[in-house]
Amino acid sequence: MSAQSPSLDGEWLDESATRQRLEKTWDDAPGLWGALTTLDHKRVGLRYIVTAFGFFGLAGVAAFVMRLQLAHAENDLVGPDLYNQLFTMHGSTMMFLFAVPIMQAVGIYFVPLMVGTRAISFPRLLAFSYWIYLFGGLLLWTAFFLNIGPDAGWFAYVPLSGPQYSPGKRVDIWAQMITYTELSSIAVAVSTIATIFKQRAPGMALNRVPLFVWAILVMSFMVLFAMPSVMIGSSFLIMDRLVGTHFFNPAEGGDALLWQHLFWFFGHPEVYIIFIPALGMVSSIVQTFSRRPVFGYPLMVLSLIATSLFAFGLWVHHMFATGLPRLGNSFYTAASMVIAIPTGIQIFGWIATVWLGKPRFTTPFLFIIGFIVVFVIGGLTGVMLASVPLDLQVHDTYFVVAHFHYVLIGGGVFPLLGAVYYWFPKITGRLLDERLGKLNFWLFFIGFNVTFFPMHYLGLAGMPRRVYTYSSGLGWDGLNLLATGGAVLIAISLLLLAFNIVRSLRSGAAAGANPWDADTLEWATSSPPLSFNFTHIPLVTGSHPLWDSERLHVMRGLRLDERELVLTTVLDAQPDLREPSVPPSIWPFLAAIAVGTMFVTSIFSPWAVIVGAIPIAITLTAWFWPKSAAEEEIEQ
Amino acid sequence: MTLLVVVALSACHRENRYFEAPPGTDVAPTQVAMSSLVAGQSSAQFREQQRKEYEENAYHLSEGKRLFTSFNCTGCHAHGGGGSGPALMDDRWIYGGEIDQIYLTIVQGRPNGMPAFGGKIPPQQIWQLAAYVRSLGGHGPKAARPSRDDHIQIPAEQGRRDEELNTAPAQTD
Amino acid sequence: MHSVLQALGVHAQHIELVWHTMLWVCGFMYLLVIAFLIHAIWRRRGDSDAEAPRRMSVALAGWIGLMVLGLFGLTLTSFLTDRALVHAASEPQVTLKITGYQWWWEIEYTNPDPSRQVRTANEIHLPVGAQVLAELGSNDVIHSLWVPSLNGKRDLIPGRPTEISLQPLRIGRYRGQCAEFCGLQHAKMALEVVVESQQDYDAWYERQLAAAPPASEARAARGQQVFFNTACNLCHAIAGTDAAATVGPDLSHVASRRMLAAGALPNDPEHLRRWLQNPQREKPGNHMPIVSLGRDDLDALIAYLGTLQ
Repeated sequence: MSAQSPSLDGEWLDESATRQRLEKTWDDAPGLWGALTTLDHKRVGLRYIVTAFGFFGLAGVAAFVMRLQLAHAENDLVGPDLYNQLFTMHGSTMMFLFAVPIMQAVGIYFVPLMVGTRAISFPRLLAFSYWIYLFGGLLLWTAFFLNIGPDAGWFAYVPLSGPQYSPGKRVDIWAQMITYTELSSIAVAVSTIATIFKQRAPGMALNRVPLFVWAILVMSFMVLFAMPSVMIGSSFLIMDRLVGTHFFNPAEGGDALLWQHLFWFFGHPEVYIIFIPALGMVSSIVQTFSRRPVFGYPLMVLSLIATSLFAFGLWVHHMFATGLPRLGNSFYTAASMVIAIPTGIQIFGWIATVWLGKPRFTTPFLFIIGFIVVFVIGGLTGVMLASVPLDLQVHDTYFVVAHFHYVLIGGGVFPLLGAVYYWFPKITGRLLDERLGKLNFWLFFIGFNVTFFPMHYLGLAGMPRRVYTYSSGLGWDGLNLLATGGAVLIAISLLLLAFNIVRSLRSGAAAGANPWDADTLEWATSSPPLSFNFTHIPLVTGSHPLWDSERLHVMRGLRLDERELVLTTVLDAQPDLREPSVPPSIWPFLAAIAVGTMFVTSIFSPWAVIVGAIPIAITLTAWFWPKSAAEEEIEQ
Repeated sequence: MTLLVVVALSACHRENRYFEAPPGTDVAPTQVAMSSLVAGQSSAQFREQQRKEYEENAYHLSEGKRLFTSFNCTGCHAHGGGGSGPALMDDRWIYGGEIDQIYLTIVQGRPNGMPAFGGKIPPQQIWQLAAYVRSLGGHGPKAARPSRDDHIQIPAEQGRRDEELNTAPAQTD
Repeated sequence: MHSVLQALGVHAQHIELVWHTMLWVCGFMYLLVIAFLIHAIWRRRGDSDAEAPRRMSVALAGWIGLMVLGLFGLTLTSFLTDRALVHAASEPQVTLKITGYQWWWEIEYTNPDPSRQVRTANEIHLPVGAQVLAELGSNDVIHSLWVPSLNGKRDLIPGRPTEISLQPLRIGRYRGQCAEFCGLQHAKMALEVVVESQQDYDAWYERQLAAAPPASEARAARGQQVFFNTACNLCHAIAGTDAAATVGPDLSHVASRRMLAAGALPNDPEHLRRWLQNPQREKPGNHMPIVSLGRDDLDALIAYLGTLQ
């Protein structure tokens, strides 16, 4: 590495002096003020990760209570009212507050590191998005504890969720939470897309971008197209409920199926929004622990893109039972079948990588093996559900419950837990315990299969979803008890993970910059990374910067006394511009409070939309107040 | 802080689904005066208790609304606008507009067409109906009141136009 | 009988065939993936083979070909079965109208002659082998009719009529259940399909057409008075009497049904008593209110309902 770099006035500094100046420029203010104003993508990303795992825990407890209720027939642990709230909270939290945010969060944390830049694009938007997300989640769970928990399912089908059949404020809370948190998803997507397109380190042409970054890019574009659909839906719903519009009232020319189209046009891509970043994690981990590049890189990238495109063309397979025209249904059958091909190619790619490489059986790698074993089952049952006739039998039964848990836990949580073991050392500077990790894996793997595999049979045996109890004598008793037993194992394994994390934070082995001997740029900086990520911006000359040569090339010429980034061209990542990055600001936080207040109060009075717009306008004005002359100067 | 607690508690009551009436809330107002069980409880207190229990609970109100259609109250009162029976949403009452007075009107029936439902509809359901009828006139917290329903809605102005047409057929012919 | 894997209707049998095809094809693909994975992990690693990546590309091409072939086959199976389902039961001998309510089913046997129409609830009787067409509708929220042993499911959507056809092949009782979440008592919204011989079916149909017999026995007569003087007749209908309300299930022949409250309880005097005493305890949130009746009145009412064969 180059030992010296020019500062503003052209003097030559050694490494530690450079670092000191960068720290002065990039470090946050100490204490609470710093915490509220920070724009550091690592702090915000870590907050997202911790918050999302918090919601994961809450939703997991909800699931556990449901499993206890279903342990035997005619159980009366919870009644129908609470049970309906529980499964609604479980689904809504897992989908909206855990799965999507956590995938985006890992992207927020690692994308700027992997592409070798000092900050994320639009950092204030990112900071704003976190507060929005936090308030949305808190709103939902506070409401639940106040007995205003939504009870119409995470899919909230009208008319059940409409004004006539869902009295009170329960569904209003749900609808506003959706509009609200999806806003944050879109904001994150914008930030990450801009970062990936314009802030890659010089030389990181598109064909050298790590697969994880590709996955986040593809996923962010999906977010941009999918989330508006559900936001429109939830806005229609709340207008139907609060101001008496008739979007979903058939008697007045509305249509109950309109909701389903809007919802599933988002809801199906949603699954891939969760799954595609997980594929990126799988690629990273497989590559590192097979000690060779992933097999068929171009094909892997094209598969990701193809998956994202097909994902928007098969939402109707959630609606086969509504009696839509059969020819149309056939199209969606074919589309749902075709999407298996790119996924199959990627599965092949990873196994081929392992085959060609020299695998190391660490905990992250075990989770990836678990991912393949589990997820492929979910993918294949997905192929079964694509068939209209078979779907008509198993739709809305426990077969589907089994299917999407195999897809979402298999395809989402397994890679995610692998990623936790993989990237924990980078985030904290300490390694997680491998022995506990392996125990964690095996308990989770066994517990998961014991819980969800029997559900395939339960569905075929006629057990519908979303029932708070069932009669004895239908042949469902034994397998339900078994599933509850599996849930206990899952709970133990997750507690073990929590224990492992707490223990490592206290006394884990020091990790060093690159404990796994991985190839991507996040491992080129210290663990945990500094506030400015890299003392020197790396120069990329190949697809695997840390494997390609012993020493990393770097560039210089950025200012040390101002927050400055280098922008590069979209395709070839040729250096293009020096761009200032904004300093910390309290306004995103205040704007989020203003927006949050407007959203919550609008549940109780439509006037809040008008009155609440005033503080929003004030905070946004302050946020976007024109830059000072000094900042303008830097740009020139 | 206290305010938050109050808000929280009211939310709990507003959203609860009372499948079975809490004790003492599914009795008739006349029973209150005579019953020794609730001795000392004045009718004003009782009225307040019933108002709180039924008018501030979204589930009771929506059940009342459902029963209002089920028992064909709409046949005479329409959806509150009135027809052969008086309008219910204008807050003008012939036989009293307190919740217990409406209860008695439903139970006892009234001259010129209002049937007596006493002994037919169980007390809890009558209270739900009475609370819903009051909510039509804008009583009770807005957060608990039902919103629009999923049937055909006749805008007020259209209703008036139909009336005009009906009263002046000669001119339109 | 209540299982996809006990297919005893024409439609369900077609679908069962799809299931078996899928299971075998997908099972084979899964084993292939797992075998590849196991080999990739545990193969003996010699010196690095420069040719290996190229051979892997050939294997990938083969894998893609296999996937395309398999998916094509499955799609074709699905399409052909879908066609067969359309053509099955295209000339219905029995037509029904099924309406979903929170949380029970209203069943009407349509007939050009209005005097031969039958209305009942939560129990469908069908002659064995007959082709049946049911029009589906909903009175409130979306429900979904599903009798796994006879056919897949079809939603009942307000404002959007749908239909489903059935053709049961064997005599027996088939359980069905609502499959779309419809609120508090979605779990206890079941129905029974009773498939019987043509003679039995005809006899049943004639019984359903008959009006309720006058309550002659003293206790039943008193029960009838209870029925008419308390809340019952505000919601329930009994053919041949003044009770004609359509809010709750038709009780004209309630005693002939095997289950109570949409499959929630068996229909015997013991459970009927529990149900009438407190329907909210047996099926919390359902729309039947608690009507407090004295012990004698309750006994009489149960006796009266028992006469409605």
